[in-house]
Amino acid sequence: MGKTLFDKVWDAHVVDSVQNGPQILYIDKHLIHEVTSPQAFNELEARGIPIFRPNQIVATADHNTPTLNQDLPIKDALSRKQLEQLSKNCTKNGITLYELGHKYNGIVHVMAPELGITQPGMTMVCGDSHTSTHGAFGTIAFGIGTSQVAQVFASQCLLLTKPKSLRVTVNGNLKNGVLPKDVILYIISKLGTNSGTGYFCEYAGDVFENMSMEGRMTVCNMSIEMGARGGMIAPDETTFEYVKDREFAPKGEAFDKKVAYWKTLPTDADAVFDKEYVFDAEDIEPMVTYGTNPGMGIKISETIPVDDNASFKKSLEYMNFEAGESLINKPINYVFIGSCTNSRIEDFRVAASFIKGKQKADNVTAWLVPGSKQVEAQIIEEGLKAIFEDAGFELRQPGCSACLAMNDDKIPQGEYCVSTSNRNFEGRQGQGSRTILASPLVAAATAVAGKIVDVTKDIETLETVSH
Amino acid sequence: MEKFTTLTSRAIPLAIENVDTDQIIPARFLKATDKQGFGDNVFRDWRFHKNGDINSDFSLNNPKYSGSILVAGDNFGCGSSREHAAWALVGYGFKVIVSSFFADIFKGNALNNGLLPVQVSEGFLKLLLKTVEAQPETNLEVNLENQTISISNSDISESFEIDPYKKTCMINGYDDIDYLLSKKEHIEAFEMSR
Repeated sequence: MGKTLFDKVWDAHVVDSVQNGPQILYIDKHLIHEVTSPQAFNELEARGIPIFRPNQIVATADHNTPTLNQDLPIKDALSRKQLEQLSKNCTKNGITLYELGHKYNGIVHVMAPELGITQPGMTMVCGDSHTSTHGAFGTIAFGIGTSQVAQVFASQCLLLTKPKSLRVTVNGNLKNGVLPKDVILYIISKLGTNSGTGYFCEYAGDVFENMSMEGRMTVCNMSIEMGARGGMIAPDETTFEYVKDREFAPKGEAFDKKVAYWKTLPTDADAVFDKEYVFDAEDIEPMVTYGTNPGMGIKISETIPVDDNASFKKSLEYMNFEAGESLINKPINYVFIGSCTNSRIEDFRVAASFIKGKQKADNVTAWLVPGSKQVEAQIIEEGLKAIFEDAGFELRQPGCSACLAMNDDKIPQGEYCVSTSNRNFEGRQGQGSRTILASPLVAAATAVAGKIVDVTKDIETLETVSH
Repeated sequence: MEKFTTLTSRAIPLAIENVDTDQIIPARFLKATDKQGFGDNVFRDWRFHKNGDINSDFSLNNPKYSGSILVAGDNFGCGSSREHAAWALVGYGFKVIVSSFFADIFKGNALNNGLLPVQVSEGFLKLLLKTVEAQPETNLEVNLENQTISISNSDISESFEIDPYKKTCMINGYDDIDYLLSKKEHIEAFEMSR
């Protein structure tokens, strides 16, 4: 029987197996940030264990960082302390850190791919569930807890039971204005938030083959929102082209040799998956969520479903929505374009192409937050910043920002935010805040209209928006 | 890590599905650099109103419920990988979480902190919730060696699955670091072979 992409990468990293138990999986790259690493450093220090392979660890500061005035000291004492702790830990242990202000600083899942740290066929971990993002390169990448961060520090390995395999295939052509974010929100709305638990997912079919690397990262990023530890897409010419010449990518002959190996990774034709789902691209439309988990999504033209489940009702009550109603024309005062899901250059190109020549609605506070210093520089270089400013938008500095209410960027109590981030949990963007997940296009259209609008009706504008 | 063998305790019901780790411990409390003190803020925004008043409707605040077992709805612990969620539950005093389904990363984090996730059938979960809500003084018995969870003084019981390796770790208080360090030569040999 043939092997899946996942099997090939996994099998190449198994060091040993525990009898009747898990396997020891070797980890190529370990990404860390300020929030989930300090206790792991403490643990090793307390036990007198050195960091085994500091050269395979890369650190960034992202969750706690402000997105304005990054040159000034951080106001919040606890955030400042956590970031200082990261700097100390990295210096002490010889770990590369792209701290605030560094030209490579950014959200961990934006920074690593754009620097060529992420490469096909690797195993990568980070104390962050959205590590699944890197699967876009045909990498086994997944989030881990802090105890596991300590394990990787100590041994560059993890003890894991091999997950089951799942394949989601989407074939056909996406409609105009349907973005990668809509594809993954659609998949999660169909499969639910726990369909992937215990599985590693592969995304296959024309839709993903034709997608840019940025789009593939958006899709893989949200694999965890259906419970899957990770999601992968087979590496192809699009992948190789993206990785080529990046800062830490192999160069010249070494690169060619890697490409030859990477070409052997795609799933064999006769490989069998434990679970398979197939969708038709034509069925997907721009999506919005209406509830308090990412599975509670509808096409923007649809109405909120009716369900008697107590948790479903609690969720609608929190959102102050009624079953059976449409979200079109709902007034929205906050829009967030950013997060590890949608803060790459392509996301800002889409937003700018819609916004160009229009004006932000007066009632809307819009936060446009690039995923990294490099994305920020590119936004300026391509003239997108000028387009945003002409339309009344302000471009902020890189970081996780309003995705998780850990830094200064919080949505006030009771307010709705149309957000390109990945989680609409209660209070995720601030205590009492109400999140509506959407694509950068829907978010941009909301910011201009001051309310949710059916972008599918705006075909003329959409012609300039590619997927 | 603390050892776990058996536990007999009353239980607190939490009949909500898809409890995510943002609810267990909101992000604004993740700024500590050690593992202490998270228990104070477990389910913070469900236990307290925004003005700081206690939400007496929430089961953890209901004086009729007590114990170190939490019986929660389906898909417990989804979302963020924050191990702070496990630290918060342990800090509050929980030793066992019962649900019909656990999210993957949370389950691993719990096991790495001596907090036992007990996955039961949907029917058994419903029965437990109903029993605990109707008779809060009911004790539940969890036996890790036999992999069973029962209602005390009754013949109502169900067995649960656990990875044999993790079971050994829980019973003996071992953690994965010790095991991985014992394999260092294998790991170095693997590196050389690539």
